[in-house]
Amino acid sequence: MSVKGYQRKLDLENGRVDLSHGSGGRAMAQLISGLFHQAFGNEWLARCNDQSAFDVAAGRMVMTTDGYVVSPLFFPGGNIGSLAVHGTINDVAMSGARPLYLSASFIIEEGFPFSDLKAIADSMGAAARSAGVYIIAGDTKVVERGKADGLFISTTGIGIVADGLDLSADKAMVGDRVLVSGSLGDHGVAVMSKRQNVAFQTEVVSDSAALHKLVAVMVAAGGSGIRVMRDPTRGGLAATLNEIAHQSELGFRLQEASIPVKPAVAATCELLGLDPIHVANEGKLVAIVAPDFADAVLAAMKAHPLGSDAADIGEAVADNRKFVQMATSFGGRRIVDWLWGEQLPRIC
Amino acid sequence: MKYADEFRDKAIAQGIARAIGAEVSSQRAYRFMEFCGGHTHAISRYGLEDLLPANVRMIHGPGCPVCVLPASRIDMAIRLVDRPEVTLCVYGDLMRAPGSQGQSLLRAKALGADIRMIYSTLDAIRLAEQAPSREVVFFAIGFETTTPPTAVMIRIAEKKRLKGLSVFCNHVLTPSAMHSILENPKIRDTGGVPIDGFIGPAHVSTIIGTQPYEPLAEQFGKPIVIAGFEPLDVMQAILMLVRQVNEDRYQVENQYSRAVTREGNRRAKDEVSQIFELREQFEWRGLGLVPNSGMKLKPAYAQFDAEARFAIHDLRVADNPACECCAILRGAKRPVECKLFGTVCTPETPIGSCMVSSEGACAAYWTYGRVRDEQLRRTS
Ligand code: SF4
Repeated sequence: MSVKGYQRKLDLENGRVDLSHGSGGRAMAQLISGLFHQAFGNEWLARCNDQSAFDVAAGRMVMTTDGYVVSPLFFPGGNIGSLAVHGTINDVAMSGARPLYLSASFIIEEGFPFSDLKAIADSMGAAARSAGVYIIAGDTKVVERGKADGLFISTTGIGIVADGLDLSADKAMVGDRVLVSGSLGDHGVAVMSKRQNVAFQTEVVSDSAALHKLVAVMVAAGGSGIRVMRDPTRGGLAATLNEIAHQSELGFRLQEASIPVKPAVAATCELLGLDPIHVANEGKLVAIVAPDFADAVLAAMKAHPLGSDAADIGEAVADNRKFVQMATSFGGRRIVDWLWGEQLPRIC
Repeated sequence: MKYADEFRDKAIAQGIARAIGAEVSSQRAYRFMEFCGGHTHAISRYGLEDLLPANVRMIHGPGCPVCVLPASRIDMAIRLVDRPEVTLCVYGDLMRAPGSQGQSLLRAKALGADIRMIYSTLDAIRLAEQAPSREVVFFAIGFETTTPPTAVMIRIAEKKRLKGLSVFCNHVLTPSAMHSILENPKIRDTGGVPIDGFIGPAHVSTIIGTQPYEPLAEQFGKPIVIAGFEPLDVMQAILMLVRQVNEDRYQVENQYSRAVTREGNRRAKDEVSQIFELREQFEWRGLGLVPNSGMKLKPAYAQFDAEARFAIHDLRVADNPACECCAILRGAKRPVECKLFGTVCTPETPIGSCMVSSEGACAAYWTYGRVRDEQLRRTS
């Protein structure tokens, strides 16, 4: 889809996306080659086909897909583009797999500034490159003003998982340890701090990051002793553990005092009446690990930059009610439930 | 965070717990009602009940503004947003509060009503400025704590000549509700437990002071301790109540002296009294019509009063007969004693108001306390 002949250059500084950029014509070809290919540049895209062929290694393939609709699009520590890359890489990685390729689909609202689109595409390209993953297919649609909130991105990821590794949320067993890779709630608080109607000052930045390299060292240390891995995104740690409890038909008992939360995140949550274990993360994982392997896996996590604050926060217990319980740092106990509805500041 | 940590220290909590344990008499039961949902929330979230002796029991009171809002007021708001010119501004936790037919503002919004979730009254002012041709109505709700910001909003609207802004006023008063709970013969009729003392809400008292509770303590012979919302505040208040009961005293004591005085905040009270006046009576979910318990705008401010401006009239609707909210809000029953609890009625599908707000008694039990279900069922 290279552009031949005369065409006005994309005004990447002041220009805006209009309906012609989604029409399938020359303007769209120009947008794709002048902006997306520039940002993602790799040998597969350079061939300009409607699909990309790639070689398959031994093992089993893993595939996942996810849509990104974050508001605001830019937040401390990242933007919707880097998030769309990291999020999908992480979904692949949580199977223990090595992520290889991504596809990206853009739904852009008419009037969206090229400068923002370029910044977003550039950060996707950078995030993919530093993860060693390639964006090899894509799609662009432009919708009329008012029909999308600026920009939506969907990404699909493919990876290969080594033979013998079979992580799944129904595999947790009584006695397993619950490990988290670091402090909770950073992403959610960073995004909230920039929402128009709650804006506040904070030094908290999103933890958005690709976790597959951390996963690799964990797998090297724990192998099949790792039973489940999940990244606690929307709904936070609480939702993730409730899901695992239901899929594995057991309960969890956590120690509140062991759960890492940054003071600034804790203070913000306090102020807004939220609970950090319900707040979203984009660069953290939860691992359920057989007790004999837990120390080795935890040590491997702590030795990796993305797991330096990793902690053992509790254990899986027999419980036919599938409750996630927590011993509060205050000496009592409580349930940790799924969040219902949207987490919203209280009124009094 | 330093500030809050001091009020969550486990060692201090256990020290207070030991003091409570040492001072309670094994010969009697201590039943204290925490009036306010903020306390219910702290008790459940920190698992405070595990720290108390078996004969000290907490009874959850009505004190969540969303919980005590009768279905009729939701119905009225839904009628209001049926008008195409109206933009309704509400706080998030009100969105799912059920009306009389199980409808909610959330559903009305999905069906196309112009309802905006806001975080402060300033958002409503901004909306009214941005859309001068719209009728922007602020759904005001809350106890004495949230009334001053509503008053300030009306002042600003007046100064800025914002013609399109008005208030649907649902502000209510805590001492009147406490009075009604103590006086209400229904508590005895329904086999409700007698109450030996109250924990009073600190946020409310930062505005009104502790003084308005004094006649109540005196008239009904019940100790009242005004307490903060940190878990240590609550533990300390329980100890203070135990001591009063043991000494046969019934005074208003102030645990939250770091922010509360006997007189309260004069400026805030003045501001409120210039703009609002008492309603003769106001309906509370669970308590029925309570005299002198609600606020409305003074006639001089009728242009800002959505009820006057849109001629919306008080509705009277019946609550779901199977829902035990009424008994729960009066302290006569516990959530697990309701047949609908956790089966038909959950936070995703709330039937009654206690399940709607995160501070409601049923929601608090469901969210934090279910682990004690069996134990509760056994003792209830
Ligand atoms: S469980 Fe639901 S129906 Fe029952 S009292 Fe509570 S809110 Fe009402």
